[in-house]
Amino acid sequence: MSNRSLVSISDYNKEEILEILDAAADFEANPNRSTLKGKVIATLFFEPSTRTRLSFETAVLRLGGSVIGFSDAATSSSVKGETLNDTIRMVSCYADAIVMRHPFEGAARYAAEISPVPIINAGDGANQHPSQTLLDLYSILKTQGTLDNLKICVAGDLKYGRTVHSLIMAMSYFHPSFRFIAPEELKLNEEYRIFCLRNNIPFEETTELNENINDADILYMTRVQRERFQDLMEYERVKNVYTLKNSMLENTKPNLRILHPLPRVAEISPDVDKNEKAYYFQQAQNGLYIRQAIISKVLSI
Amino acid sequence: MEKELKVAALRNGTVIDHIPADKLYKVVFMLHLDTCDNQITIGNNLESAKIGKKGIIKISGKVFAEDETNKIALIAPNAKINIIKDFQVIEKRPLSLPDEIHEIVQCNNPNCITNHQNIPTFFQVIKDENDTMLKCHYCERLIKLDEVKIK
Repeated sequence: MSNRSLVSISDYNKEEILEILDAAADFEANPNRSTLKGKVIATLFFEPSTRTRLSFETAVLRLGGSVIGFSDAATSSSVKGETLNDTIRMVSCYADAIVMRHPFEGAARYAAEISPVPIINAGDGANQHPSQTLLDLYSILKTQGTLDNLKICVAGDLKYGRTVHSLIMAMSYFHPSFRFIAPEELKLNEEYRIFCLRNNIPFEETTELNENINDADILYMTRVQRERFQDLMEYERVKNVYTLKNSMLENTKPNLRILHPLPRVAEISPDVDKNEKAYYFQQAQNGLYIRQAIISKVLSI
Repeated sequence: MEKELKVAALRNGTVIDHIPADKLYKVVFMLHLDTCDNQITIGNNLESAKIGKKGIIKISGKVFAEDETNKIALIAPNAKINIIKDFQVIEKRPLSLPDEIHEIVQCNNPNCITNHQNIPTFFQVIKDENDTMLKCHYCERLIKLDEVKIK
């Protein structure tokens, strides 16, 4: 049963990704259903993430299901020293599926191995966050009409930003070309550079935002996350390096759309919000439909 | 000539030869030879035409299983394993990295769940003509062979 879990975006092949995107379009047309009536979904957030949790919980409630869980490890028994193994085994006695966010990388994979009910990874440390990736793909598909042959600029924290890593893996099926824009301290990890090379995905790397976005179809901005830094001095130094301003969009392509996994801090100036190329709020809303599609898929509904 | 003498000195057991000198003690600990009761002869910093200074380990009366000796490929991929019976080499065992490595390697990622809870480690070996790497089954981090940490 646990093989229906969604831990990493690589758990889904191209067909399954497209199946989720199709289903999400259906849910967008008709988001309120009762297909989860009588089902209980647990949301276990060992690390707080209000946005992701509310999105998953809304997805369940709009399909007629019920939600149990916790929003912070401080209110769970893990603060008493309970192992992840015991928490998952206990909760799987009550719930039909488990949505979990955990601060340590690999926690969701481990949970999926021991859980008799499907696990949906809502983020394991800096590793994977597949529902975010699928909603990113859905947003790209919706705004560009296709996923194929797009020029995607990715800017900000490419070292710790897991959304970026998963986006690269998921887009690898669709012949993209990437431009990675990051300060030296936060440039793309070697393993994802190797991934691009092995999969024949063309990419460039640069440290300047400016005119490097003018040929892009998608500009994917990410937050420089303070919690990923050991050294707060280094955080302060790099956090304001990348700020997108409305004036910088003047010579960009008309079909350009700006995505951001949110929350943003300083990396997109508020004057960008009114530009029709800003898509990050709609992107967040798309997450609801994607999560309805994922929950339905893992439960084979 | 020298090699024949060394091998001949062991009646029955295993000879691990051509270990780079700086890796010798890692091999000792990885095979738990520090707590092994058999007669063991360890030589180190011996001159070697191939690798400069080498180490050699002779374990009397013990034949290692292949999955044991294959672990050596993690830290000394060019070591030579000879199985000896009645002073004769009865098996020259080629070293090859297994496709999966369980438990003996510690994940390099300090934020990996296996470094925080009692979970046996598990790595897939990604073989590539240029660069063989281990991929943590849990945190998905790639580790180069020269960065592998043995538990």
